[in-house]
Amino acid sequence: MSLAEIGGRDSDWHPLRRILGISPVLLLLVVAIGGIGVVALYSAAGGSMDPWASRHAVRLGMGVLGMLVIALIDLRYWFRFAFVIYGAGLLGLVAVAVIGEMGGGAQRWLQIGPLQIQPSEFMKIAVILVLARYYHTQTLESVARWRSLIVPGILIAMPVALVLKQPDLGTSIMIAAGGGAIIFLAGVQLWKFGLGVALAGVAIPVIWTQLHDYQKQRVLTFINPESDPLGAGYHIAQSKIALGSGGVSGKGFLQGTQSHLNFLPEKQTDFIFTLWAEEWGLIGALVILLLYGIVLVYGIWLGHRCRNHFGRLLALGLAINLFLYLAVNISMVTGLIPVVGAPLPLISYGGTAMLAVMAGFGLMMAVSINRDTQIERHPRRLPGFD
Amino acid sequence: MPRDLDRERVVGRRALMLGAGQALLFTGLGARLYHLQVLERDRYAMLAEDNRISLRLIAPLRGVIQDRHGVDLATNRQAFRIVMVSEQAPNAAATLAKLQGLLPLEDDDVVDVLEEVRHKRSFIPVTVMENLNWQQVSTVEVNLPDLPGLQTEAAPVRYYPYGPALAHVIGHVGAVSPDDRSGEPLLDLPSFKIGKNGLERRLEHELRGSAGTSQVEVNAVGRVIRELDREEGAAGSEVGLTLDMGLQAFTYQRLSTERSASAVIMDIYSGEIYALASHPGFDPNDFVHGISAKKWQGLLNDPAAPLTHKAIGGQYPPGSTFKMLTALAGLEAGVITEDERIFCGGHMQLGSHRFHCWKRGGHGHMNLADSVAQSCDVYYYELALRLGIDRIAAMARRFGLGDRTGIDLTGERPGLIPDREWKRTQRGEPWHKGESLIASIGQGYVLSTPLQLAVMTARLANGGLAVTPRIMRSEGEETIPVREAPKIDINHQHLRIVQEAMAKVTTHPRGTAYRSRIDQEGFEMAGKTGTSQVRRISLADRRAGIKNEDLPWKYRHHALFVGYAPLDQPRYACAVVVDHGGGGSTAAAPIARDLLRAVQERRPADTNPGAITPIDQPI
Repeated sequence: MSLAEIGGRDSDWHPLRRILGISPVLLLLVVAIGGIGVVALYSAAGGSMDPWASRHAVRLGMGVLGMLVIALIDLRYWFRFAFVIYGAGLLGLVAVAVIGEMGGGAQRWLQIGPLQIQPSEFMKIAVILVLARYYHTQTLESVARWRSLIVPGILIAMPVALVLKQPDLGTSIMIAAGGGAIIFLAGVQLWKFGLGVALAGVAIPVIWTQLHDYQKQRVLTFINPESDPLGAGYHIAQSKIALGSGGVSGKGFLQGTQSHLNFLPEKQTDFIFTLWAEEWGLIGALVILLLYGIVLVYGIWLGHRCRNHFGRLLALGLAINLFLYLAVNISMVTGLIPVVGAPLPLISYGGTAMLAVMAGFGLMMAVSINRDTQIERHPRRLPGFD
Repeated sequence: MPRDLDRERVVGRRALMLGAGQALLFTGLGARLYHLQVLERDRYAMLAEDNRISLRLIAPLRGVIQDRHGVDLATNRQAFRIVMVSEQAPNAAATLAKLQGLLPLEDDDVVDVLEEVRHKRSFIPVTVMENLNWQQVSTVEVNLPDLPGLQTEAAPVRYYPYGPALAHVIGHVGAVSPDDRSGEPLLDLPSFKIGKNGLERRLEHELRGSAGTSQVEVNAVGRVIRELDREEGAAGSEVGLTLDMGLQAFTYQRLSTERSASAVIMDIYSGEIYALASHPGFDPNDFVHGISAKKWQGLLNDPAAPLTHKAIGGQYPPGSTFKMLTALAGLEAGVITEDERIFCGGHMQLGSHRFHCWKRGGHGHMNLADSVAQSCDVYYYELALRLGIDRIAAMARRFGLGDRTGIDLTGERPGLIPDREWKRTQRGEPWHKGESLIASIGQGYVLSTPLQLAVMTARLANGGLAVTPRIMRSEGEETIPVREAPKIDINHQHLRIVQEAMAKVTTHPRGTAYRSRIDQEGFEMAGKTGTSQVRRISLADRRAGIKNEDLPWKYRHHALFVGYAPLDQPRYACAVVVDHGGGGSTAAAPIARDLLRAVQERRPADTNPGAITPIDQPI
């Protein structure tokens, strides 16, 4: 295929055709999973839309709109502004760190008017975006050079360090893992990648010293739950009781005893999956896994289908990001890993995380719409400006 | 761009690897869920139930105590209290300040409540005020919207409708003290009350009942969400007494003309107690919620001993009321006959000691009946010399003195009948003849309780049946013919002589209780007065002519009277003791007369809840 041919197709991108290019499957899945969130939060409030379910529904609606707007923006704009977005996110994290410093305590969010924004949530997407862009500009040969490991390493390390400082162990691990996945996908030699992972491993003792006492306590409790049956271990134990007692078919909608009787902490946020699985049982839990499984398969298929490297890495990276959310959250509530703050995307109550996830879906849709678009390695012009 | 194609291929491969990894992890999560929700479901389901279900005890309703006619003597009534639930009170102090404008709530109490509120969990009610009347409750109810956090509650509380008149018999309930704790969980309930005294304590086992349980669903902090299951406990048993409340109330009221007094009215055949009163009493209701220190000190320091059940726990020298026993002992031993006369010159000389008769000039020649009717002392001194203490003591014991009667009440005391053996073992000294003289007129070491004196009188009146007093009404019990009470082996003719002598006390113009006789035909009583010395009358006193009334109250004589009625076919026995009341004929006999008249008018023996056949014929 020739450049002219591609350019010609490019000019065919009429707004209506772009709208028609939106993946209905993905849209449907997002609304379905978000709907589960509304139902679960309705139950979490003891059968009331207040205070969580109604706001969650509103956010879902606004999120879908935002998601579509993001989807309709040409992927090349996202490519162009990847570093700007990354920079803005980093600035946000620095601002959080400064404010936290001033407040003399932990701080994860920025207060902008009535809005509380958690830059760390957006950073999960921004890191994937910026790394996808970075590796788009690299050839396979240049990827083999040390430089193409060091630059992404720094791009990952900066936000990870800032988020770790907040402190937010779960989010920093997810940022690191998401970025690492892109490096892996980009084709860095396996031994180098392995070396990087090993280096990160070496960093663990360093990170340990940076951890707050309560975070250390969580890890230690996880290793030995009996040491703190009423503290962090209590949360895991109660979550397992709620989950396990749900059985195959669950206790029924609004019938979850453990969650409604407040044995379950954070039932509307990090432990929403537990509430759902208690009331809907293994079947309900597998429905969530299945819906997300379809999304993940779709993301991987999209990455496979995409003809530009940026979109390819972006779609796969976003899918991995989503997977990380799920894996961390569900592993946590089932007692496989320590309690680290990690929401269940689209279902947990919480504004920023949800909007960040929706933005990710928007980008995924943008990749889908632009999957045949050729993006130059070093583009000098932007679509619509020629 | 071949290089880009290579790149695409590498990404594809690695995406596949990552995808496979994801699929593996996803499977792992599914397996984990399967493990928790299927394989270990039962275990977690059990843990979940344990988590949310809490078993709470429900205090059983305490058994009611009734008199022989079914009148409630100790019951339960709804009492109102105000509690504060701090989680509903944004400003507890402000709410309590407002409450103070409505009800008399002390500042100190407010401080206590606020302190308690701070320490308890926010959903646990803290008692602000107890024992409110209906008007106070209404006042609070009307103003509840302005009193956030306050609630009114109604809970059964023990109530004693007759207050002091029955305080000693019934006793009262009170908070469980550390000594009472037996590990029974019911006793750990914060508001649980147990019997502390009297029948409430004696019958604790029957009255308490058994606890119910309530399965409630609780959340993680212990707040009750709802009740799942309720198993009512068994209320305590209803207990019936032989008391006749009307008579009891009259008795208490009659005694209250004296500073300190006690009385017993009982059935001479069945032993049923119809009235058993000590004055002064106290209001047992004061104890239910915890008595104030001031009131408690007042009760403790009162020389009239309102906390003592004197009718069973007061030990008095029986004085002349003891003379029937000495006389009987004399008749039984054959050392005296009905007609033999003994000269009373006002005193008897024994060695260097002079033993006085209460009548300075002496009684002259006395036969047995006269000696009882006029209560001559010298006659009994002579009998004592002829009998010796042991025979007198043995006779006293056969009539129920010197040991507890075994009535179902706490606080009974045994009294004391001395003899040689007693003196040797207890005092390590030999018995002196002079002590026999003193004992023969119920003085010296001799001590008895009013209940024992009533029992003695009953046994004299019923012709020698060893009845024992009973206050518990045994429902459904087989009818007991009262003649099956063990017989005291005694010559019936001798008893007859003593009974006639006792009749003379009230019927003969020179009888000591003639002025207190009952005139009403068919209601006449027989009896015996007694005046027992508290302080020995010294020669100096005698010379100075100090009268008993001139002494401080606590040194005055006790006044006693024992009697039975009616004269012809006796049925009711009575004993009255007026502490430091002076003479038995002036202080005790009039009371006994009124009591014996009242009991005959009420005829409790004809209402027969105790399943005991009355006996109309005297033996």
